[in-house]
Amino acid sequence: MIKKFKKSSEATQAAIVFVATFIILFAGIQLGLISSYQTGIIISVLINISLAVSLSLVTGYLGELALGHAGFMAIGAYTAGLITLNINLSPMIAFPFALLIGGLITGLMGIIIGIPALRLRGDYLGIITLGFGEIIRIILNNLTITGGPKGLSGIPKYTNFIWAYWVTTIIVIVIFLLMNSRHGRAINAIRENEIAAESVGIPVAYYKTFAFAVSAFFAGISGGLYAHYLTQLYPKKFDFLYSIEILVIVVLGGMKSLKGTIIAAIILGFASEYLRRYAEYRMIIYSMLLIAIILLKTKGITLKSIKEMILKTLKKNKETSTIEGSE
Amino acid sequence: MSLLEINNLSVNFGGIKPVKNFDLTVNDNELVGLIGPNGAGKTTVFNLLTGVYIPTEGSIEIDGENIVGKKPYKIVEHGITRTFQNIRLFKSMTVIDNVKTACHHHMKYSAMDGILRSKKYKDIEIAVEKEAYRLLEIFDMEDLANETSNNLPYGMQRKLEIARALAGKPKLLLLDEPAAGMNPNETLELMETIKMINEKLNVAILLIEHDMSLVMGICQRIVVIDYGKVIARGTPKEIQSNKKVIGAYLGAGA
Repeated sequence: MIKKFKKSSEATQAAIVFVATFIILFAGIQLGLISSYQTGIIISVLINISLAVSLSLVTGYLGELALGHAGFMAIGAYTAGLITLNINLSPMIAFPFALLIGGLITGLMGIIIGIPALRLRGDYLGIITLGFGEIIRIILNNLTITGGPKGLSGIPKYTNFIWAYWVTTIIVIVIFLLMNSRHGRAINAIRENEIAAESVGIPVAYYKTFAFAVSAFFAGISGGLYAHYLTQLYPKKFDFLYSIEILVIVVLGGMKSLKGTIIAAIILGFASEYLRRYAEYRMIIYSMLLIAIILLKTKGITLKSIKEMILKTLKKNKETSTIEGSE
Repeated sequence: MSLLEINNLSVNFGGIKPVKNFDLTVNDNELVGLIGPNGAGKTTVFNLLTGVYIPTEGSIEIDGENIVGKKPYKIVEHGITRTFQNIRLFKSMTVIDNVKTACHHHMKYSAMDGILRSKKYKDIEIAVEKEAYRLLEIFDMEDLANETSNNLPYGMQRKLEIARALAGKPKLLLLDEPAAGMNPNETLELMETIKMINEKLNVAILLIEHDMSLVMGICQRIVVIDYGKVIARGTPKEIQSNKKVIGAYLGAGA
């Protein structure tokens, strides 16, 4: 009984946080306290959150390296963009429809790519997903329907703060709920020990493909948001570096922590925007961050890990000073 | 009809035949020991039974149904679950989640039920939670339910692995060296637990073990293999005085 109560209070707490954040930001935008430039940053951060959270399903929870997330996003972006360009309906119907179809087609591609790709593991899966991401980009570059290298332009600008916020929130909540059901437990178990997972009755191949498809589905939806925010799409935007950027967010966020991923997306999003002057060094900083995290073996940047790190160094200093003192 | 019937089971890895013409029957509620020197092929038999390896020859029937060629996760549905020689827990998951995960195949709700937190989801999750606690109580571990399983002491991890195997509601439980690395007291306690599982939960057990006090103490029947072949079968008493068995363990001259 106590546990149940705790669970429901956690849910209300989360709901309060989501609604309060929305009200604060929305009021800020309406009152002009947040400029349209800053609103733009917030929207791109929200899109990055939805992308990173969807990638964390594969990289964090399932524990497989995937480097083609921008490719999935591109499929969703182009599909949704083409739908709204060719359908004359009110935005309230056309936009969610385009997002959903974009997500579904991307999810389907996720299954098609996932079935052969997930026979591989670790670095090999990383390489093959990287290859698939590039193949998608090159196909988009050469099809006439997608406008080739010139891309698609004139996509209606449907993605505003409200849409971006609530779509991202729904994605986060759905992934959270999914990870706390039997499906989530199965995916976690596969990461922990594949042989043991299979031995307790979990169809490993099915759940790997399932995680890959759901991840692609949500990446497709974020792609749709992205398309209707930028209003024009070029294949070049969805290159390998974008996949790496999303991966960095997930790794910094601690791999399997939704909270951490969201915080990392916010920090990196604002940092890369306000440090635009040093944009050339961005990839260097990202790589160094990744190396630092791997070396320090921290589970991403969380308040707890920072606190622990500080305590550790303090303790070390104390120890060395006492040793020196005794000598 | 017996619960498990293995006929003429063989497997080849290239030129090596770790298991040759192996026969075994296990009846309902029986407790059978499988022993043999190191490298005799005991664990390979388990891997063949659970579908990790596919036999080159022979049949494995559970309740009269052939399970050769089925995937490991399908074989769980036929009622065989196992533990591992080197512990394979879901280390960073909690104790209770380890057990719940193993209930996977008899929890039938869709991903949609999970996302929408439907009534079906709640009913099944509550039932599974009760079931998981009941299993942990058998091993006196209910207080540790929310502990990360990697933090448990070694003996507890072994017990948790058995609890997890039981969560799949097996008819036949395969235990691969459950007492490995345990001290005599822990082994004694484990012996009682295995006996109790066998008697109270009506689960047949096939047990690999090197600790002879445990094997001789609780097994109703023992099968000895060496170089992949059965060299002796019988009650613990018969096995203890069998010349072939003594020869296999100590060398033919003994």
